[in-house]
Amino acid sequence: MHYKHFFSITFTAGILFIYGCGGGSTQQADTRETPAATPAGETGTTAGTADDKKGIGKFTDVPLTHPLDAKMVTAGEKTYDVKCGSCHKLSEEKLVGPGWKGVTDRRTPEWIMNFITNVDEMLNKDAEAQAMLEICMVRMPNQNLSDEEARAVLEFMRKNDGKN
Amino acid sequence: MKKFLLFSLSLGAVALLPSCKMKTAETAVSGDAASKVYVAPGKYDEFYNFVSGGFNGQVSVYGLPSGRLLKIIPVFSVFPENGYGYSEETKAMLNTTAGLIPWDDQHHLTLSQTNGEQDGRWLFANANNTPRVARIDLTTFKTVEILQLPNSAGNHSSPYLTENTEYVVAGTRFAVPIGEQQDVPISSFKENFKSTVSFISVDKNSGRMNVAFQVVLPGMDLDLSRAGKGPSHGWFFFSTYNTEQANTLLEVNASEKDKDFIVAINWQKAEAYAKAGKGKKMKVQYAHNVFHEEEQSATSTTETEVIVLDPNELKDIVYMIPCPKSPHGCDVDPSGEYIVGSGKLAALIPVFSYQKIIKAIDAKDFEGDYQGIPVLKYNTVLHGEVQKPGLGPLHTEFDANGNAYTSMFLSSEIVKWNVKSLEVLDRAPTYYSIGHLCVPGGDTKKPWGKYVIAYNKITKDRYLPTGPELAQSAQLYDISGEKMKLLLDFPTVGEPHYAQAIAADMIKDKSVKIYDINKNKHPYVAMGEKNAKVVRKGNRVDIYMTAIRSHLNPDNIEGVYVGDEVYFHVTNLEQDWDVPHGFAIKNNPNAELLIMPGETVTLKFVPEKAGIYPYYCTDFCSALHQEMQGYLRVSPKGSNVPLKFGTGEMKAVAANQ
Repeated sequence: MHYKHFFSITFTAGILFIYGCGGGSTQQADTRETPAATPAGETGTTAGTADDKKGIGKFTDVPLTHPLDAKMVTAGEKTYDVKCGSCHKLSEEKLVGPGWKGVTDRRTPEWIMNFITNVDEMLNKDAEAQAMLEICMVRMPNQNLSDEEARAVLEFMRKNDGKN
Repeated sequence: MKKFLLFSLSLGAVALLPSCKMKTAETAVSGDAASKVYVAPGKYDEFYNFVSGGFNGQVSVYGLPSGRLLKIIPVFSVFPENGYGYSEETKAMLNTTAGLIPWDDQHHLTLSQTNGEQDGRWLFANANNTPRVARIDLTTFKTVEILQLPNSAGNHSSPYLTENTEYVVAGTRFAVPIGEQQDVPISSFKENFKSTVSFISVDKNSGRMNVAFQVVLPGMDLDLSRAGKGPSHGWFFFSTYNTEQANTLLEVNASEKDKDFIVAINWQKAEAYAKAGKGKKMKVQYAHNVFHEEEQSATSTTETEVIVLDPNELKDIVYMIPCPKSPHGCDVDPSGEYIVGSGKLAALIPVFSYQKIIKAIDAKDFEGDYQGIPVLKYNTVLHGEVQKPGLGPLHTEFDANGNAYTSMFLSSEIVKWNVKSLEVLDRAPTYYSIGHLCVPGGDTKKPWGKYVIAYNKITKDRYLPTGPELAQSAQLYDISGEKMKLLLDFPTVGEPHYAQAIAADMIKDKSVKIYDINKNKHPYVAMGEKNAKVVRKGNRVDIYMTAIRSHLNPDNIEGVYVGDEVYFHVTNLEQDWDVPHGFAIKNNPNAELLIMPGETVTLKFVPEKAGIYPYYCTDFCSALHQEMQGYLRVSPKGSNVPLKFGTGEMKAVAANQ
């Protein structure tokens, strides 16, 4: 696996950091299980609400529809059963990863979509994702969801949270 | 400095004495060799090198120019590293009419071709002992098909193929009796023993193999073979020895005659005869094993018929070309015009001309016949001889500039010569006693050139000693200049015979990273943890288990009894590259599993004693890998412990299942 991030910008706890890593060489080695090395003071350990935190990835604006899209909810649940349910309960209880109850209140739709589809970069660079890694101690697997599947999973999460 | 001096001295010496005197190991390597084979960490090699494993029955894959071992692909032998031949899904791959054969001898490899050029789709491999041909898919690096060959023994001149992969060929090293009556005196060789050449058709799209027809030849040893290409497309050439038809002490008795033959078969004509019903249908039995990608399981089918063609009845499909002294290699140059026969006991290399062969056949210019098959005149079809090339010529590969590279076993060197002028241009020592050699694409119409790799038969002092059994020595030479330059020694596993090399770009981007879990049609897949379950039918217990970082589901199982046939069907739910899980359970005499992302693999276990059997993931997968474990409780036969399973909470299974 190799990534070429010639220039990426990360917002962390209100401070602007600029990472410029030519050819992805030195920073934050993409090892599978070692929690990403993070410079001291950079780790945001406050996992609470994050209204404007969209995470890192291609999703910058995910419009939500009302009422819920029933088709997407069904597709999302199917994907959940095969690819997510081993580690995430639908309650608040943490299994390997956090329970999904309330996730759509804790995270923006963009953050959720970016985390699902861009796991490794998020775990390497996003402070919120890194904070979760420190709690769970298992890197969330990249389950290779298409954008469509990820969106359907988000819809299923919204349903699980009683949204409409 | 001292080394540099030594090197210059030796260069001087070589310039003065361009004979085949062995250079010493120290002087053979020039100063910039290291930089030419250095592939920096994280960088890729330029070529894949597929190397036969010989007596280990496998194929190994190296990167060139670094010589780094990238993978071992199990083909004709069980493989403890990934459960090939042990898992229920793969056992059928090794099935034959004689049952499961766990270990064979793998000699030669050929990459599939389109228009005489490598196309990077499949790799074919032969089993030399119990005759079979395998097809390996180069998107998964997995053996996906194995076809046994009827009427065959010692499948040595195989699996060479035609320029559009129309046919893969399999010729017999051992002549044997064919047909019903097999129990004959060995001394009746001349009357009862036959050689056969099988033409295996390959489906253009699926790659599926099928024995299209066989040509039956007089009893002798067919050694190696090559298809014609370009103008000679439509022909296949085989080297032979023991045309004396000896059945004992071949070392002496099969070396009596001054010349053996190269057999030329017009396969397009043979194909037409087979299609026109001119062959005989023979009742035979042979296994045809196919790995089904979607079900992720292999099946073994017994085929019952083969079409055989007799050149004594079909007069214009086989011709014999006299060739000095037990020819071994039989290689066709990129233009398709020249056929090189390497008499392993001869002191010269004859090169035959395809045009002259055709002219002689058309004019019926024969010197006689061999058991009814027309024999051409040596001098009439000869292009010329390479004089004093060295001792013990074995195999020849080609570059794109009209040059040939022949391995010399006895004088332990590679000799470069010009195909047209037959002039020897250069020689490079090998350490020691080279067998096969390989130029990337060196057997095709368009060689990549750049390197020649020597696969040596003797290793001796090349590496740190490891007791009597040593790694085999391969050597990489730069052939981009006029003179060959030794760059690197690298150890190999098993005993490499032939090898193939292909530009990495032809394969690397097509490489499969994961199996899509949504396409998994394995009959025992657990599609998500929700579907993890345990089912009993009589004394058979099927465990539909899932694996994902970092737990197995179920991880507690009770209600299994001594003597039950327990099948662990483990589905790896991961969908990320390079996250396999392993599976092992204590005291199981049937090995372990390795399961790729999205795959389902099955391990059979028949517990013999009551007790608690721990099981766990054997492939380090996450920080909580050590926690990825479970327990199976086995109770005495006839006890009434109910069937229960779960991870977290236990579920009882309805008693009537």
